[in-house]
Amino acid sequence: MADTEVLGMPLIIALYIFVLAVFVGFELITKVPPTLHTPLMSGANAISGITIIGAMIVVGPKDTTTAVIVGFAALILATINVVGGFMVTDRMLQMFRRRQGGEK
Amino acid sequence: MELFTDRDLFIQYIYLASATMFILGIKLLGSPATARKGNLLAAAAMFIAVLVTLVNMEVLNYGLIAAGVAIGAVIGAVMARTIKMTAMPQMVAIFNGVGGGASALIAISEFVRITEESASVAKHEEIAIMLGTLIGLVTLTGSLIAFGKLQEIMPTRPITFPFQNIASGAMFAAIVGMVVYLVAVDFNETVFYVLIGTSLLLGIQLVIPIGGADMPVVISLLNSYSGVAAAAAGFALGNLVLIVAGALVGAAGLILTQIMTKAMNRSLANVVFGAFGAAPSGGGGEVAVETRTAKSVSAEDVAVMLAYARSVIFVPGYGLAVAQAQHQVRELADLLEVKGVRVKYAIHPVAGRMPGHMNVLLAEANVPYDELYDLDEINDDFKNTDVAIVIGANDVTNPAARDEPDSPVYGMPILNVDHAQHVIVLKRGMSPGFAGIDNDLFFKDNTMMLFGDARKSVTALVTEVKAL
Repeated sequence: MADTEVLGMPLIIALYIFVLAVFVGFELITKVPPTLHTPLMSGANAISGITIIGAMIVVGPKDTTTAVIVGFAALILATINVVGGFMVTDRMLQMFRRRQGGEK
Repeated sequence: MELFTDRDLFIQYIYLASATMFILGIKLLGSPATARKGNLLAAAAMFIAVLVTLVNMEVLNYGLIAAGVAIGAVIGAVMARTIKMTAMPQMVAIFNGVGGGASALIAISEFVRITEESASVAKHEEIAIMLGTLIGLVTLTGSLIAFGKLQEIMPTRPITFPFQNIASGAMFAAIVGMVVYLVAVDFNETVFYVLIGTSLLLGIQLVIPIGGADMPVVISLLNSYSGVAAAAAGFALGNLVLIVAGALVGAAGLILTQIMTKAMNRSLANVVFGAFGAAPSGGGGEVAVETRTAKSVSAEDVAVMLAYARSVIFVPGYGLAVAQAQHQVRELADLLEVKGVRVKYAIHPVAGRMPGHMNVLLAEANVPYDELYDLDEINDDFKNTDVAIVIGANDVTNPAARDEPDSPVYGMPILNVDHAQHVIVLKRGMSPGFAGIDNDLFFKDNTMMLFGDARKSVTALVTEVKAL
């Protein structure tokens, strides 16, 4: 692979994407009301479990090398993060109710 | 670089869709009405990203992947289902750590593969591998320590030792040196393993000197780190959806960190390094003997005041959660609303053990979210309120933070509880709060103390209000 390419495009473009995504994150999250900060954090946490696909890629090769074994551990951790994170966020969010209606 | 095959291109388009859905999901998380949908959308984004990764030509090890996912999914699901809402900060701490650990292991796996195959890689990939390992491992051990403190299996007070600051500095310098050596000189295995060990230690070292009361800041910061680590893993693997999602989470954690430090009137540096050197706030100086007296009041009298008030604001603090009195409070609020009292809840940002924690605890007790008000939203309301009832909150109601520049808590944003016509404080005794100073609120003319366990006191109030 050429020296400064990510996915066939110049590294600088990947860096641009990173920086712009940080700003999108700032813009979106500044608007989240304090009431939702805990579910926001656990939801964001689940999203950071996107490393699950990175783990799948490093576990990919058929032969069992050290790299694959380490990747397997990463896959377990990332899956805990994803499944646990989204489920617990949902569990919290379904408790949030308005004053009228939705009362059990 | 060869051009993409059609298959690769297809995968990239799905990743793009997935990244877009993450952004929309976070946007929907911005309102209580749509938040659940937002979370589900983000989960769906994750699901399609995972599915399409299976199509990748290099991903062949389906059995092992299925096994890993199955193990992780069971552990995650059991944790998510069984965790108590009061223990949510510990849960998020663990998940931050697990996420950081996953990113680090991916980076380490890439390192091992590269050295095993003696493959040549670009410098930026090497740097990304180092950063992913470093930040991921610091997140992992730092989060485990935070978990230990929150779960109280470790002392919650700051743990300090001489030259701790210097030790941290030395570790950090060593890490920078090793990263530079690995990237610029030699991609050496031994140095890399020392880097791993030092990073693990640094994570511990950074969190042990931070006290239990500052954990909301620490969790937020570690949340941000876990995102940055994921982005670094993305750069190491050349995967854009990891970069985008990691950046979003990094930003989210950083904003929450900022909100928390602001609510405590501290700088981030003060939270992280504050335990070093200087005496703990409020601990220094002569201890003034308290000569003022606080007025005590009976549950019966409070019940009458509440029932005949036009408006009541509940001010819950973490003491309420410790006493498990949320449900009783909600029952009391219901009774008052039936009597025509306007009820609101004032939530200070640091009322719980993590950002928004108190809101979740009240939501669990079926308190409608539109009765929960943030500091800025409610502070002007206190002066038009008949009764403010403070339950298990202390420092965040101390008027000294607003009025007395000499006070150690001066400058911390507080709830203007003392502006209410009457203030009732539910408290066990007269002990000071985290900051270790007396609360002037207790001695104000319009304040009355209802002593006792919060849960018992509120239960007594419920009984008395019912009897009226």
